[in-house]
Amino acid sequence: MWSWKMPVAGVCAGLAMLLAGGEAFAEIKIGSVLSVTGPASFLGDPEKKTLEMYVEAINAAGGVNGEMLELVVYDDAADPNAARTFATRLVEQDEVVAVVGGSTTGSTLAMAPVFEEAEIPFISLAGAIQIVEPVRQWVFKTPHTDTMACEKIFTDLKERDLTSVALISGTGGFGKSMHAQCKKVAPDHGITIVHEETYGPRDSDMTPQLTNIKNADGVQAVVNPGFGQGPAIVTRNYRQLGISLPLYQSHGVASKQFIELAGDAADGVRLPAAALLIADKLPDGDPQKPVVVSYKQTYEEKTGQDVSTFGGHAYDGLMILIEAAKRAGGFEPAKVRDEIEKTSGFVGTGGVVNMSPSDHLGLDLSAFRMLEIESGDWTLVE
Amino acid sequence: MAENLQFAFSGLTVGTVYALVALGFTLIYNASDVINFAQGEFVMLGGMTTVFLAMAGLPLPLAALAAIASTVVVGLALHRLAIEPARTANPIVLIMITIGASIFLRGLAQVVFDKRFHTLPPIFGSEPIRIGGAAILPQSLVVLAGAVVIVVLLWAFVDRTLFGKALIATSANRLAARLVGIDTRQIVGFSFAVSAAIGAAAGILITPITLTSFDVGTLLALKGFAAAMLGGIGSALGAVVGGLLLGLLEAFAAGYLSSQYKDAVAFLVILAVLFAMPQGLFGKTRVERV
Repeated sequence: MWSWKMPVAGVCAGLAMLLAGGEAFAEIKIGSVLSVTGPASFLGDPEKKTLEMYVEAINAAGGVNGEMLELVVYDDAADPNAARTFATRLVEQDEVVAVVGGSTTGSTLAMAPVFEEAEIPFISLAGAIQIVEPVRQWVFKTPHTDTMACEKIFTDLKERDLTSVALISGTGGFGKSMHAQCKKVAPDHGITIVHEETYGPRDSDMTPQLTNIKNADGVQAVVNPGFGQGPAIVTRNYRQLGISLPLYQSHGVASKQFIELAGDAADGVRLPAAALLIADKLPDGDPQKPVVVSYKQTYEEKTGQDVSTFGGHAYDGLMILIEAAKRAGGFEPAKVRDEIEKTSGFVGTGGVVNMSPSDHLGLDLSAFRMLEIESGDWTLVE
Repeated sequence: MAENLQFAFSGLTVGTVYALVALGFTLIYNASDVINFAQGEFVMLGGMTTVFLAMAGLPLPLAALAAIASTVVVGLALHRLAIEPARTANPIVLIMITIGASIFLRGLAQVVFDKRFHTLPPIFGSEPIRIGGAAILPQSLVVLAGAVVIVVLLWAFVDRTLFGKALIATSANRLAARLVGIDTRQIVGFSFAVSAAIGAAAGILITPITLTSFDVGTLLALKGFAAAMLGGIGSALGAVVGGLLLGLLEAFAAGYLSSQYKDAVAFLVILAVLFAMPQGLFGKTRVERV
């Protein structure tokens, strides 16, 4: 008679223990809404892996101030409406103490009001400057902005005494936004934009546009704000037409894949990029070197994929939050918010972060490195 | 002058691709009255399969052949599993099935391959040939030559073989063709296989120039469809001329007007054709007999 009762009792006891154990290990809930699938999965996928990896590592090392973390991740598939729904769920159902996430600008801007109202600190991983300008009390972000990329390029142009520039921009979201930002900051850097061309995100031949640039008067350099395969085709067509002016690409194509796609044509192209991309090539004294090398190794070992700057943004966001919580002595949202705002000298994969009440990003131009492609590899331009 | 030549080179390269996609549309349309919107996915499968087989270590020519063969299998499967069971439905339903198939193939490619862009090495290097101040890539000439070979082969096949004649008969009148003993099911299946092969070959030829990824098919299918409409749907000559014309129109629009309106050209062409001459440049006016 007892022969079947015993195992059942055993299972029940085991379940009870599991439940109790689960609760003991999950006290502090950190929320995240990422675009893990869908058109922005190249952002959300490495971000999710990074967050999971590091939350696990933090817990294994004894948690934060002795408290264990639990990560709650939802996938918005790059749909801002879904992101907003998940944001509400994080606040009302999961009762998270802080949020690190929002892969795209659209999702971030959709979620920001929810966290503002709930008074929960929110560190976004999306690019646009509109997230932190004007400053929202509870919203921060880690990735550098388009404006900074434009400024970095223009500073480099100025140093080479090149001041009349042609723009050839993709008409996708990234290219459009950066195009506008570059036009806005050009006068501040003494740069004149003398010619503008555009191409669609799916175009497979840009020689007509580049022919126009080639024939335009007074162009000294060409800048290509764009994302995806477009810039690779622009670079190939550029060489095909034998244009010898310096060509600048944006941080949007700062990946090995760009060099693979553009091939030999990529030689001599310059672009601004985060230090993470050239972790091994940074000089030993560089303050970011230990951080980026360690993140790169950890990520590549755990996932078997090449490191991307997007995962790095998630690392920075999580670490800024953890450090703030350590300083605040706990995860009380208001205290954590104040401490995030006081972040200074934090060395992340994206740069050295110094936040203030008027700057919820905290990066300056030194976050970008100017790279030149030489025989299929990056070199640091001094 | 030099810039006009450059625009023309650009237009011809892109136009050849449209022409090959349009040719695939034409073939299936003739055999079955279906506009196969998965035609762009055949192009994608050709390019992506070659890239991945080459990465797996297969020599490029072998990878290309295997890619064409596997795309043909996909084409046959599409016909056997999706079109054939619904053959009694009207063409609108069948067209919707092909749209569904194209979404399915795109999704499948994301899982089987990946979501990144890929390229193949050009056959004759990437040093451009300069003619009259304009530059053209050797690969563009390969694409053009490839298109000519495909068109000639197709013409010889349709015009010179019994099977080809059966295809023409089926396109002229399906019921009559069946009455004289032609297996029209086999003909339709065959047209899917050949269209898949043409699409795959086009995809392999253009990948060194245009790059490829799981979702290149959508826009190509739209442009190819516009080209087929312009040339007159159902006419092989029309498909080729329509494709080249559309490519040239786009290149000159990008060069002389704003490049922002380049993609609009294809859609304006569809609209203009529908309004002004629904039968296209070389199409036959269909008379509906009651």
